[in-house]
Amino acid sequence: MKLKRFIVPAVLAASFGLAACGGNAEAGSPATGDATAGASSTTTDPAPADLTGKIAAGGSSAQQVAQQVWRAGFSQQYPKVTITYDPVGSGTGQQNFVTGAYTFAGSDSVMDDATVAKAKSQCSGDPIEFPVYISPIAVAYHLDGVTSLNLDAETTAGIFAGQITRWNDPAIAKLNPGANLPNTEITPVHRSDSSGTTWNFTDYLHRAAPKVWKNTADTDWPSTKGESAEGTSGVVGAAQGGNGTIAYIDESGVRNTKLKVARIKVGPKFVAPSADGAAAALASSKQVSGTASSILTFNLNRTTTDPDEYPIFMASNVIACQAYDDPSTTAIVKAWLAHVISADGQKAAAANAYSAPLPSAIVAKEQAIVDRMG
Amino acid sequence: MSVTKERPVLVERTAPDPVVEPSTRRHAVGDSVFSTIALAAGLTILIALVAVFIFLLTQGARGFTADADVFGPAATDFPTYAGKLLFGTVLAALLAMIIAVPFAISMALFISHYAPRRLAVPVAYVIDILAAVPSVVYGLWGARTLAPASHGLQTWLNNHVGWIPIFGGQVSATGRTILVAALVLAIMVLPITTAICREVFQRTPGLLEEAALGLGATRWEMIKYSVFPHARSGMVAATMLGLGRALGETMAVAMVMSAGPQLTFRLLTSNNPATIASNIAAKYQAEDVRIQVVLIATGLVLLVFTFLVNFVARAIVARSERRF
Repeated sequence: MKLKRFIVPAVLAASFGLAACGGNAEAGSPATGDATAGASSTTTDPAPADLTGKIAAGGSSAQQVAQQVWRAGFSQQYPKVTITYDPVGSGTGQQNFVTGAYTFAGSDSVMDDATVAKAKSQCSGDPIEFPVYISPIAVAYHLDGVTSLNLDAETTAGIFAGQITRWNDPAIAKLNPGANLPNTEITPVHRSDSSGTTWNFTDYLHRAAPKVWKNTADTDWPSTKGESAEGTSGVVGAAQGGNGTIAYIDESGVRNTKLKVARIKVGPKFVAPSADGAAAALASSKQVSGTASSILTFNLNRTTTDPDEYPIFMASNVIACQAYDDPSTTAIVKAWLAHVISADGQKAAAANAYSAPLPSAIVAKEQAIVDRMG
Repeated sequence: MSVTKERPVLVERTAPDPVVEPSTRRHAVGDSVFSTIALAAGLTILIALVAVFIFLLTQGARGFTADADVFGPAATDFPTYAGKLLFGTVLAALLAMIIAVPFAISMALFISHYAPRRLAVPVAYVIDILAAVPSVVYGLWGARTLAPASHGLQTWLNNHVGWIPIFGGQVSATGRTILVAALVLAIMVLPITTAICREVFQRTPGLLEEAALGLGATRWEMIKYSVFPHARSGMVAATMLGLGRALGETMAVAMVMSAGPQLTFRLLTSNNPATIASNIAAKYQAEDVRIQVVLIATGLVLLVFTFLVNFVARAIVARSERRF
């Protein structure tokens, strides 16, 4: 009797406690089963329109909407191909790619040398890596009575580092002559989850204002203090819920909200985030040298002085192999990548995910990499 | 007890009934089938629990000795990291229980002993429905509506009783504080706690209640001296189930609270201590996949902690019951 009295409630309570974390653990585990390049082609060299097979992919959650759009467009051309994309996060995406669970992966961050080496052995050759998704990041704020705001890199870094704490701080007032700035406390909102948006924003702060922002770029916010919220929608909600808030948000997330977008000083002018500006900034970025010819990655240009460019943006990559064991898988991935970087694919993503179409010079280089596949 | 002892004697005295005989045998078959199914169901739960424990242990073992740079700005070793998260988990759950338990007991008493039947049934029904609301909905409501709406109250608390340390500090501009998270948690644990309290209150033998009233007790005295002592273990069980839910709640806390792993008793600021479950949800998709084993290890800490809390609570109840 006594034993029962102890065990039953304990089991019940423990199962309550576990219900939540169990679900998350499952969501993060790699997709397996028939997912792994289980192409069921009948011919060794299939004609493009006859491609048949199943492809499992995943990674960056920032690419999720764009991936859906690309999949819809791709399935019109190749109705017999099924592609799945799990938005499990860039890190898990890379990990699942190098173990072979994913045929290709989306990643907000560039593979490090160790991961490239693992990918090389998984692919039996140099892996492919290039940007497919560009998205500007807005610095958005909610401050009653202030409808327009200019910021520069130092001031933005000072605000998010907690050094500038009031909206009427002289540093902000100097950039906004004539604006009626209140003596309200500034509440910077950051992401509580790991995010490519955080990486790109902190990369901007560190490169454009290294004296104020000393931490290097990181997917996790460098402090446990301050207002934080989960996901783009969580940050939007938190910023809207208070007065005097400021946050960095993927530009698509700011549309149709109460938030106002700050203009960022680039060269002599103050520039609002735009898809064109982000694409132009990527076009002016220096390519990372010393990589394999199938890898096209960039040191993103955060310190541009050309007012046609907007330096706070994300460039999310695709990671794939140049050739797979099954030639039909190679053919599918080749057709898929060609679709993703095509004018149609980029336009569809821009219309639905509010991303920036890839600059044509970069598309040409990526097309050359795709053409060499197989 | 005496009644059950006499029963076999009574059965033996009566002549064997030809109609009852075959039907008892049929029942015997049904009994064994049912007891097997019941045993299998019970074992399944235990096996599942053991399997979860083994999963957490094997997958999370490497988390205990993870490199210092994995933990981010919060800590450099596992005990500090898990300790900070456990602190947040316990603080949020305790606050929630402090708010919820008096409410739950009052509502259960209202339904079982005060309200007219016409009112008691719909009220009980509505409280049960609260349990069916998904936690993500509570999270949305808490983050989007309750947090901004309670900003005024939180500012008032901060201005007037800010000299009490827990209400001190720079009040959050968005209202997304551990106090609001605890309020949301309290609403989430109310249904289960209320439902069980109500059940045990209603199970109080009518004789006991009538005897108390007959001795001249008021209704409150009757409840105090006959209902509460009888329902004590049930009330603890109800509190434990509620606490279990509050400790493990993920989405609502993750959505409502602005949090990171840290130690602070301040309830009204932007800096709130993250809970284990909400931290797992927030960090599991991290770019640095090494954090995943650490998160699984914190899940193990939560499991073991929930167990300990339950065993301690049951032990306290067992001891207090012996005195009666």
